[in-house]
Amino acid sequence: MPQNDLIYQKKNLPESLKRLGFILLGIGLALGLAGFLFDAQRAFFNYLLTFIFIMSIAVGSLFLIALEYIAGAEWSTPIRRIPEFFASSIPLLFVLVIPLLLNIHSIFEWSQKNVVAGDKILTGKSPYLNASFFVIRTILTIGIWSLFYFLFVRNSRRQDITKDQLLTKKNIKLSAIFIPVFAITVTLAAIDWLMSLAPHWFSTIFGIYFFAGSFVAALAAVTLAIILLKEKGYLHPRMTNEHLFSLGALQFTFINFWAYIAFSQFMLIWYANLPEETVWFIARWGGMWTYISLGLIFAHFLVPYAVLLSQPAKMDPKRLKFISIWILAAHALDLYWLIMPQVHTANAGILSIVFEFGFLIAAVGGFLLVFYFNAKKHNLVPVGDPKLEKGLNFRL
Amino acid sequence: MSERKLYGLTALFQTPDEIVHAAKKVQDSGYKKYDVHTPYPVHGMDAAMKLKPSNLGYVTLIFGLSGAAFALLFMYWAMSKDYPMIIGGKPFFALPAFIPITFEITVLLATLATVIGMLTFYFKFPNNSQPLHDTPYMKAVSSDKYGICIEADDELFDLEKVKHLFKELNGQNVSEIYFPVTEPFKIFEPKFLILLAVVALSTSAVTYLTLNKLLYITPYNWLMNQNRVNVQSKSTFYADGFGMRKPVEGTVARGFIPYEYKGLAAPVVPLSNPLLPTAQILQLGRKRFLTFCSPCHGNFGDGDSRLRGQFPNPPSLHSEKVRGWHDGNIYHVIVNGQNVMPSYSSQLSRDDRWAVIHYIRALQKAKNASPSEILEAKKETPSNAAK
Repeated sequence: MPQNDLIYQKKNLPESLKRLGFILLGIGLALGLAGFLFDAQRAFFNYLLTFIFIMSIAVGSLFLIALEYIAGAEWSTPIRRIPEFFASSIPLLFVLVIPLLLNIHSIFEWSQKNVVAGDKILTGKSPYLNASFFVIRTILTIGIWSLFYFLFVRNSRRQDITKDQLLTKKNIKLSAIFIPVFAITVTLAAIDWLMSLAPHWFSTIFGIYFFAGSFVAALAAVTLAIILLKEKGYLHPRMTNEHLFSLGALQFTFINFWAYIAFSQFMLIWYANLPEETVWFIARWGGMWTYISLGLIFAHFLVPYAVLLSQPAKMDPKRLKFISIWILAAHALDLYWLIMPQVHTANAGILSIVFEFGFLIAAVGGFLLVFYFNAKKHNLVPVGDPKLEKGLNFRL
Repeated sequence: MSERKLYGLTALFQTPDEIVHAAKKVQDSGYKKYDVHTPYPVHGMDAAMKLKPSNLGYVTLIFGLSGAAFALLFMYWAMSKDYPMIIGGKPFFALPAFIPITFEITVLLATLATVIGMLTFYFKFPNNSQPLHDTPYMKAVSSDKYGICIEADDELFDLEKVKHLFKELNGQNVSEIYFPVTEPFKIFEPKFLILLAVVALSTSAVTYLTLNKLLYITPYNWLMNQNRVNVQSKSTFYADGFGMRKPVEGTVARGFIPYEYKGLAAPVVPLSNPLLPTAQILQLGRKRFLTFCSPCHGNFGDGDSRLRGQFPNPPSLHSEKVRGWHDGNIYHVIVNGQNVMPSYSSQLSRDDRWAVIHYIRALQKAKNASPSEILEAKKETPSNAAK
């Protein structure tokens, strides 16, 4: 075995990345905070959108790591650090969630005591939907994710030095525990943060809907990061385009899965035509929402489906790069479609649309910084992983 | 036993790495007609064998798309054109409800086309006898071994050379595979085709006899063919031969209220006008009066007929007698007629008659108003005119 191939020098990402990250973060935060001057409530919802956007990518990446361990995937070993870097923003969620928890009353209708008292349905739901239990749930959920993130990443990084194969075994066991825990926590997060924005409405499939969107966004983010790093030569030189194939295939799968779940949710509600269920879709129809609802079908399903359908497309870096950016934008649009109809400011004017993107720009800058500081401390390739050699030799 | 020919030479390998290595060597040696058999897809094999991407995907794509188009068009035609039916209050072309079926048909056609395409392209359908079938080699590669087979058709094939190559590669169980020159069980053999036809015919015949003769149930068509007399047709049932019958005595048409004092000299109890004398009703009464009453009674009810003596002039409606009548008396005269005046019950509906009575009362009031009443009316005129 040619062991000398495995010698990999730790590489720092360039200083310009840090600069760009700080600039984007600064511009984004300035724009986003300026939004508070014009329409504070809408600005809170924009912040919520960005929070969910970061959360979905971070937690989706953690799920991707668990999935690779439990499936014994070899192709993904050389690129495992990328989802690990994305997942490292999970502990940051503790800080990011504070503004939301402090202003819970201006976001969630069910947190206002006088509204709940005059509403039979909200009173009935109040044992679950109340401010204190919500805060407990949020902290527990983020805590559980952070715990698993630390355990996974600690084992993975320790392996770089000790080359201990048992650490892989440990992480496989962790994955087996994490996946069911993840299923429950991500469902709770979806219900708490997104579905409860319309507290009278309910959909039993909503958790899966959010999971499907999150995972495909995480895959897109991971793919994009890998391609950009690979182009600049930061990853292992023996990585080929065939390593990208499974990422493309997974994106294709979960684009289909998302469409399947989204359509299942829509069709049952459309067919049953019960007023307490249709109200949510009616709020997303009419005016500009009609175009966003229909646009979502194209942006989040038809275009990625058509682009990713053929086998060569799933490993072509150019097309993958394009569709990854596209899917990330579509995920933001999906979240916009989920969250924004709950604030009735559809006609707030051009100005606030500019502010709408503020926090998202800041999030992109934030992710760049996360990568920069992670790469400063840790290897971009898990050099101690026993599957690395096989992973690098991976061919279709 | 018929004549047998050499199909190829096979060798077995223990690990996926060995088979990928072997495939690469065989490819590099210049062999073209060879194939690799593994229990599962082995990574790296495509590159080792220098396989081009399969074209089967296009068959799948084309049939999948045509399946989607067919399903959508068929449902559009059936549900919105040929036999539109309202189901669950949804539109005739209820796209969301059609999507699952479109999806199913798409998948069905795509998979069937893929399987048939695969059989045709790679197994040379209708040829159904792969020489490797039912060999120990095929049994081994279906469970836990990795095998390679170089066909005797290959231009470079030389038994000794290939044996040597396999030995070099450390292949085990190297064996020669023979196959009969003539296909033992051809699909398009006359005997087999006749058997197929006989089976098809007899199954159809038995099914037909069972369902249409033995278990025959008369279709439910009693609504179409019932013992009923059609309108304006002759009846053999009734003695008078008329298919259409008179309604039962006392039958009242829908919306028609019969006048119960018809034929009497006067209504038994005084009737009162059910309509309010609104401007609209007075307009209606004026219109009807001018059409039906004024030719004899005159435009203002003075009894000055426009008929120039062709018909006897009626008395004035402004006489003390008529002015003293109940509304019901006038109504009675309109329905029954009086002296030479015929009944106007077929020309004037019930509401028309009462409206005409209001108008007559208005005419009477106008003809016999006192000066003070005229003054009052003049005072009220602007506000009345405003309406």
